Amino acid sequence: MDFVEVPVSEDVPVSEDVPAKKSKVKKEKKKKLKREIKEEKEEQGPEPEQPSGTLLPPSYSLSEIKNKQRRHLMFMKLKQEKRKLKLDLRKKRRKEREALGDKAPPKEVPKTIENQRVYDETTVDPEDEEVAYDEGTDEFSAYFNKLTNPKVLITTSDRPRGRTVRFCEQLASVVPNAHVYYRRGLALKRIIPQCVSRDFTYLMVINEDRKVPNGMVLCHLPDGPTAHFKVSSVRLRKEMKRRGKEPTEHHPEVILNNFTTRLGHSIGRMFAALFPQDPQFTGRQVATFHNQRDFIFFRFHRYIFKNEKKVGIQELGPRFTMKLRSLQKGTFDSKYGEYEWVHKRHEMDSSRRKFHL
Amino acid sequence: MANQSQLCSVWVGSETGILKGVSLSKKRTFNFCDMSSISREHGICALAWGDENESEVLVGCVNGTVKTFSIEKGIFIDSRSCGDFSQGQFTGIAVTPSSLITCVESGLLSVWTEGSTDKLEINVGKGVCRMRQNPARRNCVATGGKENPLKVWDLERPDKALFTAKNVANDWLDLRVPVWVRDMAFIPDSEKIVTCTGYHQVRVYDPLTPQRRPVLEAEFGEYPLTALSLPAGHDRVVVGNTHGQIAILDLRKGLVRGCVKGLAGSVRGLECHASSPLLASCGLDRFLRIHSLEDRSTRHKVYLKSQLNCVLLSSKDLELLREVDTGEVEDVNEKEIDEVWDVMETVSEKGDKRAVLEEEEEDSEETVETKDKKKKRRKTKK
Repeated sequence: MDFVEVPVSEDVPVSEDVPAKKSKVKKEKKKKLKREIKEEKEEQGPEPEQPSGTLLPPSYSLSEIKNKQRRHLMFMKLKQEKRKLKLDLRKKRRKEREALGDKAPPKEVPKTIENQRVYDETTVDPEDEEVAYDEGTDEFSAYFNKLTNPKVLITTSDRPRGRTVRFCEQLASVVPNAHVYYRRGLALKRIIPQCVSRDFTYLMVINEDRKVPNGMVLCHLPDGPTAHFKVSSVRLRKEMKRRGKEPTEHHPEVILNNFTTRLGHSIGRMFAALFPQDPQFTGRQVATFHNQRDFIFFRFHRYIFKNEKKVGIQELGPRFTMKLRSLQKGTFDSKYGEYEWVHKRHEMDSSRRKFHL
Repeated sequence: MANQSQLCSVWVGSETGILKGVSLSKKRTFNFCDMSSISREHGICALAWGDENESEVLVGCVNGTVKTFSIEKGIFIDSRSCGDFSQGQFTGIAVTPSSLITCVESGLLSVWTEGSTDKLEINVGKGVCRMRQNPARRNCVATGGKENPLKVWDLERPDKALFTAKNVANDWLDLRVPVWVRDMAFIPDSEKIVTCTGYHQVRVYDPLTPQRRPVLEAEFGEYPLTALSLPAGHDRVVVGNTHGQIAILDLRKGLVRGCVKGLAGSVRGLECHASSPLLASCGLDRFLRIHSLEDRSTRHKVYLKSQLNCVLLSSKDLELLREVDTGEVEDVNEKEIDEVWDVMETVSEKGDKRAVLEEEEEDSEETVETKDKKKKRRKTKK
């Protein structure tokens, strides 16, 4: 203590001496002492009415301190001061709000990336005739006019490993009327005419990389668009916590969230056409495709209404995340097909607030 | 309707059958169609100017009808059936002073003469992808397609092609190189023809040389090239592919000079303006884009709600450039016009533009300004 008192009390104006004094302290390597010094310095700080007012000379920056421990300490101090300021400000604001009572200005809504999303001019207006006509006569019109029932063929890339195989089986239990076939190294362009002749409406190919599913090609069959997705975060049924029993054979309901743009509409319709249309819901299962920031989250739940206002849900079934990579017009032909939309990272991902679905 | 059609400087045909006119200066899009009777059968697959002074647009539809749209009147004035569904879509429409030339995918090239009912038919081979007319010699057309090499025909001597291209030599594995001509263009001031293929090659043929093989071959990208256009003046060609990549290639050495960015879908139509360095592109991503060829930036981007098949640019800009040079200023007239247009009811939909570029591009927009009959002039900004 004695050792410490002397230099600190003599610390009249010169704040450049402060680092020197700190070095003396640190040579002792006693943290308690250091803390005491800091406290004294803090007391010292406001006491002498220096033009600087702080312990540091004006052009000082934390990054100029070469000693890591000291730098760390100064940074922690800075953070604590900032936090203190912030809490004080918050208290003050709350007091003002309470004081004003009813006349208080409304709470400001925090900015989120979804709030700040750049307005997309292709956002579909529900009353737009031209878009309605375009959608009414596109490749999915047969399904939406209830002329065909979906029949899905699920397969994988060649020689799939455990996780992918189980994923496909679980997908087949989620999507009604789905059949899983082993891909025996067959070419997709040859599989497609055979599927068409057997009345399949969808071909779903799960691509695998290093024993984990990482991509999906979804091809609408008679002559429809082919979408290529990147799949991530696949959780199989046994990895789910608090899940329910196996999904039953009932047709699930479909929820499509947040597909607002024209491209989003096309993709949303693609997902909707995977499931049979049945306005009289039977079974309490629901498949959700939720689009947020161009990522599509798939979840499968079973719900039960406990009373009019409360619902209980259990998650069953696999969950995964998809991101659209390309949408190609016509059936699968990646080399010679015409693309309706291709994800170009450097052009499209330059803004954090612009999304395409 | 007539006033609206006279404002439009860019015409776009869509797959849903709607002919769209875009006025870049007024920033509006007009749909010239009857909403109750549109169908996918009337999807537009070819657009051409009906005459030299660009007062009529010929629209070729999927079901084989060719409709004539008059810009002065703003309505479709004529419709004739030039084929049927079984022969495939139109791959090219052209007009000579006395006749209409149409070509369909099955290879039937027909010349319909005005006034008489007989028509001249030439079979150019099946699988035709494109037919183009030589702007210098109206009787000369070129055709090409999948496994159908480039052929140049003179309509006065229809029995044999003037020039049939020969396939290139076998490749390094001694395999025959497949042929798939997607688009072609006649290079002005010479007899040469440049083609782009579905195997991402750009080739230049010269019928005057004794060799029938290409004089120059260049490659771009890994995807089929779907559209091609020649900008004014330079030895350059602009090509677009199915991934939405547009490149400007130099025809002297066959190198890629630069790429135009922005398109997300397959390029279906590319047109360069006749005099100013502007490029219009349309595609499956439902946008019409006008790019500048000098700095390869996007000047205008218009959302057009349906997949677009073909684009046609008027040469109106030329007129306005001349007016700008004379430097006359008439503010009053301009205000009057704006008021008149604002008050008038239109069956139109606004095209969204990049607002930032509006003021900056006033100068260049003058070039795409409407050509009114009274030739109103805009302020020159320097």
